Amino acid sequence: MAVDRVDMAVEEGEFFAMLGPSGSGKTTCLRLIAGFEQPSEGAIEIFGEAVAGVPPYRRQVNTVFQDYALFPHLSVTDNVAYGLMIKGVAKSERVQAAEEALEMVRLPGYGSRKPSQLSGGQRQRVALARALVNKPKVLLLDEPLGALDLKLREDMQEELKALQRALGITFIFVTHDQGEALSMADRVAVFNEGRVMQVGTPREVYHKPNTEFVAGFVGSSNVLPETFVEKLTGTAALASLRPETIKVVKKGGHEAEVLGTSFTGAATKLVLRLGDVQLNALVDHEVGDLKAGDKIRVNWTPGSVHLMGGAGG
Amino acid sequence: MRSDGATGAPVALKVGAGAGLLFMHLPVLLIFVYAFTTEDRTYQWPPPGFTLKWLAVTWNRPDVWEALQLSVKVASISTVVALVLGTLCAAAVSRTAFFGREVISLLVILPIALPGIITGIALRSAFNLADIPFSFWTIVLGHATFCVVVVYNNAVARFRRTAGSLVEASMDLGANGFQTFRYVVLPNIATALLAGGMLAFALSFDEVIVTTFTAGQQATLPIWMLEELVRPRQRPVTNVVAMVVVLVTFVPILAAYYLTQGGGSLRPERQSDRV
Repeated sequence: MAVDRVDMAVEEGEFFAMLGPSGSGKTTCLRLIAGFEQPSEGAIEIFGEAVAGVPPYRRQVNTVFQDYALFPHLSVTDNVAYGLMIKGVAKSERVQAAEEALEMVRLPGYGSRKPSQLSGGQRQRVALARALVNKPKVLLLDEPLGALDLKLREDMQEELKALQRALGITFIFVTHDQGEALSMADRVAVFNEGRVMQVGTPREVYHKPNTEFVAGFVGSSNVLPETFVEKLTGTAALASLRPETIKVVKKGGHEAEVLGTSFTGAATKLVLRLGDVQLNALVDHEVGDLKAGDKIRVNWTPGSVHLMGGAGG
Repeated sequence: MRSDGATGAPVALKVGAGAGLLFMHLPVLLIFVYAFTTEDRTYQWPPPGFTLKWLAVTWNRPDVWEALQLSVKVASISTVVALVLGTLCAAAVSRTAFFGREVISLLVILPIALPGIITGIALRSAFNLADIPFSFWTIVLGHATFCVVVVYNNAVARFRRTAGSLVEASMDLGANGFQTFRYVVLPNIATALLAGGMLAFALSFDEVIVTTFTAGQQATLPIWMLEELVRPRQRPVTNVVAMVVVLVTFVPILAAYYLTQGGGSLRPERQSDRV
C-alpha cells in the first residue's frame, strides 16, 4: 500500500506543498488527485465533487509532469494548444491562447519550435503553459524543479509563486526539497512512509515539528533525548532544537566539546557534544577558528526548545 | 582503421569486399540476364541472343497475374493482421507490468525463431484437427504468425523509448483513450509501424515453406515460380517475374530506409529500432 490514512484538505487558491523523502507516498497522492491512480478505499473530493472513479480526462485538474512529458512530434504551440484542441476550440482561437500562455511563462515566439530544440528550463515553462492554458481549478506539479540547475531553480521558484498569486489557482506541488517547500508554499504536508506526519504553515512545520521525523527532515533539527529535555525543562519528552538557535557564549549556558567543524558558506557548522548528547549548530563566522577537541560554552533561549509530545515518528 | 596513417584499406581487404559483394549480387544479375535470353529450355551460358519478347509473353500469361494477385492479397492482409495484433501486444507488454509478461514476450517472438517447417507442419495438423479447409485464409493465418513478430519487435522498441508519461499527459489534458491513441500514440509509433509493416509484407511476399503446408490449390508467386522451374515451359518468364519483383520491392525498401533514417523524423535518436 503506497499511502494510508492520508487526510488533508487543501484550501482554494492555496500554494500547497507535499514534502517527503522518495517513497513516502507524496507522488502517489498527486496521482490520486490527477486520477492516474484510483484509491482502494477512502474518498477524494475536488471542489466538493467526489472524483473517485472519475478518469483523468474528466477532472478539472492539470499536471506538470516531472519529465515534462511534452509531445515530441508536436510544435510548442501545438503542445500548449493540445488541451484546447481536444475540447474542440477553433484553430485560430487556440493558437492565440497558446501564444498568450507562452507569453505568460516568458517564452513568446517559441511556438514553432519542437520540444527537442528547447533547454530544460524552457521545456518546463512549456509544460507549465500547456497545463495553465486549460484554466484548471487545481494545478498539480510533480517535482517541477527537480531537473533544473540551482540558479534556474531559484528563479523558477520565484516565478511559480508570482504566477500562482497572479492566477489565484490552487497549486499542489510535490517535492523532496524542504527548502523549496518552505520558501514557496503557504502550507506544507510532510509525508513519511505513506502517512502524513504534519500539515501546517512552513513556520509551524519548521519551528514546531510534531514528530522526530519532521524535526529531522525539515531543516535537519537536533532531536533532544527525553532525559536531557527533562533536565532542561522539567518535562520528559522529545524536543527539537534548531541548529541556528544555538549560540556560542563567553560564560553561562552549557559546556560543550567541539567534535568537528565545517564551513558551509553562509555559516559555520559545528558538531558539538554536551555530556552524552550530540548537537549540530550553525554559527556565524565570528566564533573564529575552532577545531576538534576545543571546549566552548553554548546557550540558547528557552523558547528554542520545542517539545514534541512523546516519541512519534 | 587509419591509425597507421595509410590513405585507404589494404588491397587484400578491397578485393575481399569486392568478392563478397559479387558473391551476393552476381546471381541476382544472372536472373536479369536470363530474362532477355532467346533460349527457353535450359539456362545456357552465354545466352545465344537477347530479346524483349518474354516481357510481352509474361504480360499475357494469366497464371502470372493470378499468382501475383494472390501474393499481394495474402501479404497485405497478413500485414494488416500483424499490425493490429503486434501493436496491441507490444503496447500491453511495454505499458503494463503483469504476471508472466516476459513469458508472453518470448512466446510472441518464438515463431520467427522456429524453423518454418515446424510452423508449417504444426499449422497443417491444427487445421486438419479443427476441420478447417485449406484456403486463402489458412495461408494468411500462417503468414500472420511470423509477420506479427516483426511488427511487435519494431513497436515494442519504439514504445520502450517513448515516455509513458506522454499518455498520461494527454489524458490529463482532457483526451480520452481513443483521442490519446489518435493524437499522441500513433504519431509517435507511426514510423516504427511503417518499417515493421514493410518488413512483414516482404516476409510474407516471398514465403515458401509455411505456404506449402497451409495452401490448398492456391499458388502464391514464390510457389508458382518453384512450379515453373520444375515444368520447363517458357523458362525466361520466371526470370522476368523475378526481375519485376526485385525492382518493385526495391522502391518500398528504399522508402522505408529513408523514412526511418532522417526526413520527417520525430526524434533524433531513433535510428536503431529495426529487428
